[in-house]
Amino acid sequence: MTEKRETILDVEDLVVAFRMYDKGFRKKDLEVIHSLSLKVGKGEIVAVVGSSGSGKSVLAHAALGLLPKNAVTSGRIRYKGQTLDNAKRKQCLGREIAYIPQSVDYLDPLMKVGPQVIGVHGTRERQRELFQQYQLPQETESKYPFQLSGGMARRVLISSAVMGQPELIIADEPTPGLDLEMATETLSHFRELADQGAAVLLITHDIDLAFHVADRIAVFYAGTIVEVAPKEDFLAGKDALRHPYSKAFLDALPQNAFRPIPGTQPYAGNLPSGCLFADRCPYRDEACAGEIPMRTIRNGEVRCVHAAESGTY
Amino acid sequence: MQLKAEHIDFRYNEKSPWILKDVSLSVEEGERVAIVGPSGYGKSTLARILAGYRKPVSGQVLLDEKPLPGKGYCPVQLIYQHPELAVNPRWKMGKTLTEAWQPPKELLDRMGIEPDWLTRWPSELSGGELQRFCIARALSPKTRFLICDEISTMLDVITQAQIWQVLLEESEKNRLGLLVITHNITLAQRVCDRIIELPRLNKDL
Amino acid sequence: MNENRRSLLEARGISRRAWIAFVIVCASIYLIGVFIWGLLLNPETYAVHYENKFLAPSLAHPFGTDFMGRDMFYRSIKGLSTSLVIGVLAAIVSSFIALFLGIVSAVFGGWVDKLVNLAIDLCMGLPHLVLLLLISFMMGRGVKGITIAVAVTHWPALSRIVRAEVLQIRSSQYVQTAYRLGVSPWKVAVTHMIPHVLPAYFVGLMLLFPHAIMHEAAVTFLGFGLPAEMPSIGVILSEAMKHIVTGKWWLAVFPGLLLLAALMFFDAIGENLKKLWNPSSGNE
Repeated sequence: MTEKRETILDVEDLVVAFRMYDKGFRKKDLEVIHSLSLKVGKGEIVAVVGSSGSGKSVLAHAALGLLPKNAVTSGRIRYKGQTLDNAKRKQCLGREIAYIPQSVDYLDPLMKVGPQVIGVHGTRERQRELFQQYQLPQETESKYPFQLSGGMARRVLISSAVMGQPELIIADEPTPGLDLEMATETLSHFRELADQGAAVLLITHDIDLAFHVADRIAVFYAGTIVEVAPKEDFLAGKDALRHPYSKAFLDALPQNAFRPIPGTQPYAGNLPSGCLFADRCPYRDEACAGEIPMRTIRNGEVRCVHAAESGTY
Repeated sequence: MQLKAEHIDFRYNEKSPWILKDVSLSVEEGERVAIVGPSGYGKSTLARILAGYRKPVSGQVLLDEKPLPGKGYCPVQLIYQHPELAVNPRWKMGKTLTEAWQPPKELLDRMGIEPDWLTRWPSELSGGELQRFCIARALSPKTRFLICDEISTMLDVITQAQIWQVLLEESEKNRLGLLVITHNITLAQRVCDRIIELPRLNKDL
Repeated sequence: MNENRRSLLEARGISRRAWIAFVIVCASIYLIGVFIWGLLLNPETYAVHYENKFLAPSLAHPFGTDFMGRDMFYRSIKGLSTSLVIGVLAAIVSSFIALFLGIVSAVFGGWVDKLVNLAIDLCMGLPHLVLLLLISFMMGRGVKGITIAVAVTHWPALSRIVRAEVLQIRSSQYVQTAYRLGVSPWKVAVTHMIPHVLPAYFVGLMLLFPHAIMHEAAVTFLGFGLPAEMPSIGVILSEAMKHIVTGKWWLAVFPGLLLLAALMFFDAIGENLKKLWNPSSGNE
């Protein structure tokens, strides 16, 4: 981080596994998130980017206590220095901590929008103020969710999330199905919220949008975060980045070389020990088979034993 | 060979609004055409009509001046955005892959399909891995045009680049026509010869 | 409450799936046991012994005896076995009707679909028991009448389920793709559709059994079903009604409990199979 910010959300060595049936009555654990560490500071937007279905949402669900019953977790999640357990969540969720879900289906279809946004803790004045701010006409409050367009429903979700003036916002893919203009506008609301002091964790697979709005970008690969770096490093090109996957990632973008590396992301049930990227990495050696710690290099964090200050290996 | 859409009109029923109105376009063999436009403008509906999954309310889809065949192998194939919906969850991947033809080993290698995946269930593979199967399944020599409806939107960028590399090779080698539907303009510019903006094509809307 | 039971089981190292399998096995043993025992039972065991009439439950006669001195335990077993045979037979016939109508309705659509839906609504709209009595009476009562009546009135709900399943898979992307890949409709039906419909069909069939058995007993109880000389739960209960006011409680209570247990076990098998086959609860 360039300047010292107060850390709002601090995820340390998070592991999430799902207990599944293998054959017959035997159970096996499918580890979808492994030793994931990430910090989100006051007033900044951190975007977690990675492919859909790779487990990014599980990170949000773990923080919010929304994991299914067969999930097993370890590691620590702290909110403003305090462990985020069920008691703490009960106290903070919907007030200090807001969640903007992936799907507009999270709105109650049988309840008018106004009362939904006000919820348990809100007031009508604040709701009207927010609707005005997000350009929702006043009559929206007496409509049902099915009467709203996709973009309006999104803005309603955002209004309901920021009702309690949250200090931490977790947004899970808030832009799919929106055209570029709408998506940019939605994200500009996040920017405003962050500028007012909120910490925003933005989970997305849309890299262009992440480049547009985030302060720092976390690259998610095979269930862990391999690199967290300031946005500027991503815009500066691959030499400014630290992890070989991030470099390959940048190289594969259609606006850059559009050149892929071979291989696929390892699947949750079938992970190598040591570095998860090793089998695709040109710099692999014996050291990659061991424990790979998160290291801080040039204002960024990286989970690679070979990353060096100069950007070469 | 040429795939041509002539004056396509479409809406779901008589009361619903028009989704497509008087849309005409054509793709030559070996040509790569992108259709771009925001969501909700009927891009996916157009893709389904061109591949013969849906009938237009009026207008027609012609392949070399003849209507698409109703039975048997359709030379125009469609690849969807969500591969997990396009494979039978009760089948192992090997069975899904060979439903229409036996793809050669060389193609599987280029697609990055590992032999070990053939014995897995779809739920054990990621979206990117499943999408490779869906593409290989549709690349039979009988396919003359491939319609790609946001096929790499949900994938990671490296998988996206891998898949497009193979599709571009196939297009060059076999004179396969590609119709690429996407909201990603940079991707469209990268892979296509020609870009059509659907909102412009869709008259009276 | 469920939560507590689950964690208790997990604490003892018993997985939920093992518990479900245990329930299914227990239920099957009871049902198949009663069925076979009843078939092989020597008629002597429930023969008439006027010297023993109206004995209260004891070790020699655990369920007591009736007004003709027949042992109620063996008579109930025989009766339940008969009810199971008729119920299962009728339910299977009914499920075939449901499978056929459901598939035809979904595949052909149009007026066929409308006709099937009309038949379903008609059948469901009439009071079920009245329909059963009517058909059983028309078919000449007895074993034939009651079996036909139960068989031809239990298909509507399952037809709807089958129809919905077929509609769902027919519109799925992988079936649509199969058609465009040139796979014949026949092959699509055999390889994609039938394997998809079967689990729902089997669960539906299991849940049909208790209905069929209960309705058989009810119609017989009202005197429109099986003849009085045939031991069946319906006959036993209707005879018991005459004596229950004079304090012969065991004549109704024990056979009733036996029937109730059979119905609940069928229900348990059906519900547990549903849990196993449902992907969203399958991994709990």
